[in-house]
Amino acid sequence: MLQVNPNATRLTARNVSKLFWVEGETDPTIALHDVSLDIKDGEFVCVVGPSGCGKTTFLNLVAGLLPYDGGEISISGNRVDGPGRDRAVVFQQSRLLPWRTTFDNVKYGMELHRRFAKSEIGDRAQHFIDMVGLRGFERRHPAQLSGGMQQRVNLARALATDPEILLMDEPFAALDAQTREFMQAELLRIWTEANKTVMFITHQIDEAVYLADRVFVFGTRPGRMRAEFDIPFERPRKLSLKRNPEFLALTDQIWTLIEEEASRAGLMQAANPAESR
Amino acid sequence: MTAIHPSDLASGVKREALIRPTKSFYQRNDTLIIGIISVVVVLIVWEIAWLAGRIDPLFFSGPSAIIERLWSGLVTRGDMIPHIIFSAQNFAAGFSLAAIIAIPLGIALGWYRMPRMILDPFITSLYSTPRIVFVPLFVMWFGLGFASKMVIVFMSAFFPILLNVMAGVRTTDDQLLGAARSFCATQGDLFRTIVLPSTVPFIIVGLRQGVAHGLIGVVVGEFFAGSKGVGYLVGEAGTTFKTDLLFACVIVIATAGLTMAAILKKVEDHFQSWRPPQN
Repeated sequence: MLQVNPNATRLTARNVSKLFWVEGETDPTIALHDVSLDIKDGEFVCVVGPSGCGKTTFLNLVAGLLPYDGGEISISGNRVDGPGRDRAVVFQQSRLLPWRTTFDNVKYGMELHRRFAKSEIGDRAQHFIDMVGLRGFERRHPAQLSGGMQQRVNLARALATDPEILLMDEPFAALDAQTREFMQAELLRIWTEANKTVMFITHQIDEAVYLADRVFVFGTRPGRMRAEFDIPFERPRKLSLKRNPEFLALTDQIWTLIEEEASRAGLMQAANPAESR
Repeated sequence: MTAIHPSDLASGVKREALIRPTKSFYQRNDTLIIGIISVVVVLIVWEIAWLAGRIDPLFFSGPSAIIERLWSGLVTRGDMIPHIIFSAQNFAAGFSLAAIIAIPLGIALGWYRMPRMILDPFITSLYSTPRIVFVPLFVMWFGLGFASKMVIVFMSAFFPILLNVMAGVRTTDDQLLGAARSFCATQGDLFRTIVLPSTVPFIIVGLRQGVAHGLIGVVVGEFFAGSKGVGYLVGEAGTTFKTDLLFACVIVIATAGLTMAAILKKVEDHFQSWRPPQN
């Protein structure tokens, strides 16, 4: 296992930009403009923003699934140039192999990495299945699991590859509201146990504030870094924290910022008619 | 909260609600039972008409006469056996060759763009042409015997298998491929762990269509040229007004088709055991 050194920087992004070409348009669209951020070792960081702010694009750049067009991203000092064994992605849709059981799906990432011994792969798979609370479901296929359980497998598959940073792309967005809340609490428990650096993308502000040490707010058109918030709440955090007035004040502050971005981008009618004049 | 056992509710709910609903034998097998009854009724009506002499044996036949002819053809006289063996050999050789070539080729063409673009015009045009039109050509090239029949079966079965396999590879879930890439999968990994398993159902569909087209091929090939095989026997029976023999051949061909379809279904079920049962 990696040792956590809170002074070390795990992820560095410097002036990262990404362009998209849209059919029929003469200029490329700026999906991300000069995004710079650092994530420290062992830190849990959330990125929030209105839809179209490029937050998922940013995750794909960090994951190496898309090339970036400007700036630089590095993980532990190594420049990101394509997917790497130092990162693991937890996708929004679980993307499990439907013909594999829970156990074999959790092994899948490790098999592809080719850096674990055969015997170790089995042991680690069982270890992380236990950690995400799926003991007894090893032989089930994804179709026999609920959405929440599928995301637990998705998480176990990523954790089992022992990444230096875990990239989570709105993993709970497709779950119902109650399951989502429980999964948030579960994720914090697992994060504490697994000792990982996490970058978590979400559009849900309360989710971000509840989970993160720091929250980055992205703005839209062009997608860019808008603000950074330190989340002061002590850990371990209970779900009841979400009803704490300080928590609500913080989410409100972030919400105001996002609302501003959304109305500026025309995602929402401006609240004040004077603004649209 | 203490758990409440359903029997505690006995005073409050209807007694029937506590009994597990059961399905009768009929309810569990209704499709099969109705199907069998409908076939039996048709056969009885047909046989009655036949026995009553309402059917001219020159143009049609009756169930008892067909079964009698089948029995003598397969058992007592055995005169159909050599024809069936000949056809079976033609079919087995042509179909196996088609499967052995079309499956890997379909996978390759589904995966690689360049060879697909090169071969696509030929594949598309040959697939949409009835391959039967090439029968005279194959007879010219390969003679009246086994070789030309095998090639006809091959041509008939090859394209349905090829096209289904290609389609299977090309509809591989991009999301799964992306997930595998994020874990540093090589091209070989993607192929082995995602493309192949997700193409299996398409391979089965291709083989099933290949069986149907291959059977047409073998019958038409033998019908057209030569003096052996079930296809030849059908033509012969037709021109000599032996309607009982003709129908006996139909039963042989239908049985062969149904048997192969059932085997492929078993293979499919074996590979698809992870799928939730569908109603």
